[in-house]
Amino acid sequence: MSLVYAGTCCHSPGITSRGELADPEIRQQLLQAFDRQRQAIEDADTQAIVMVSSEHFANFFMDNMPTYSIGMADEYEGPIEDPDWLKVPHTRIPANPDLSLRIIQQVLQSVDVSYAQEWKFDHGMAVPLHFLTPDYKIPIIPVNINCQNPPFSPLSRTWELGKALRRAIDIAPERIALIGTGGTSHWPCTPDSGRINESWDNEMINHLINKRKEALLAYTDEAIYQQAGPGGYEVRTSICIAAATEEQTGEIWFFAPIPIFATTCCITTLYQLE
Amino acid sequence: MSLYYVQKLLYKLNRDPTLKQRFDSDQDAVLDEYSLSEEEIKALKRPDIGLLYVLGVNGQLLMHYATMSGYSWPEYIQAMRDGVEYYGPVREGIYAMIDGNGAT
Repeated sequence: MSLVYAGTCCHSPGITSRGELADPEIRQQLLQAFDRQRQAIEDADTQAIVMVSSEHFANFFMDNMPTYSIGMADEYEGPIEDPDWLKVPHTRIPANPDLSLRIIQQVLQSVDVSYAQEWKFDHGMAVPLHFLTPDYKIPIIPVNINCQNPPFSPLSRTWELGKALRRAIDIAPERIALIGTGGTSHWPCTPDSGRINESWDNEMINHLINKRKEALLAYTDEAIYQQAGPGGYEVRTSICIAAATEEQTGEIWFFAPIPIFATTCCITTLYQLE
Repeated sequence: MSLYYVQKLLYKLNRDPTLKQRFDSDQDAVLDEYSLSEEEIKALKRPDIGLLYVLGVNGQLLMHYATMSGYSWPEYIQAMRDGVEYYGPVREGIYAMIDGNGAT
């Protein structure tokens, strides 16, 4: 059994780019929660992090949009955004192509994924990594779920992706952490930017930590769009991690709507070694 | 409607510095290479960020074009609101999927 830690975290670019505009006390609590997650990953002697995110047209486009994609590059780089704007320095990010290959081969036994030997990380991975692996010493295996432009994968298939990732992680000898990023309500880059549906977020996060499969899979894209905005489609990244860790009840380590970051910031732990 | 090609151009402009240079120096030549309607060409050239939003461009692509065109964040948000007020509901794409309003 090689899964050593799993959780979710927020990836809003505002956390780094507009950090000083938030209530300093709330932001401090958020950074402490990120640091607690960093510590949990380090304490588990993590050798690689599988990070499930939804990128925002940094690498993938509608000319051949992968529903799911897994990175298999020799190394990654990021952020693709202006580092001065995002306030995350541009850097190379270590990879493990051999582990990627083994994970992809195993996932393909039950779920079709594309693979990518080139991948520029955007804020969806760059912001979490800035806090979780600030010295960029842990190899990353990026996983992308298309949440930007429909048609999207059915949530039941996203659940199966999580199960397939878990099976792949469990047969790998490496000690692996699994992190999902994004997933709460937001209306990014639209006239409604800044709108937050705290009660939707609160309900979803409670379904998540309690691994309520039926409730999570009962969401429809229509309801998500109306209640959680186009950013809410990213709930797929969270559902994927819940599926991978169904046997344990999780914990909420941080939950607070932060309008200047345009979303509810949330950090959960969904699996720990006992 | 050729929303796909409007979005493809914006995607590539954001990733390809050489294309961006060509676009800055000879916009018409670059626009000629994409199958675009008159309205889309007009919206891209002006640029009319509000009209591009109403035509259905995904905000994750549009915000980069707005920034590239010198819009601050509040100006970008306002331009989309003005676009919906002037041109009406979003006509196509991800924000038209449910109620066509996108902006509320």
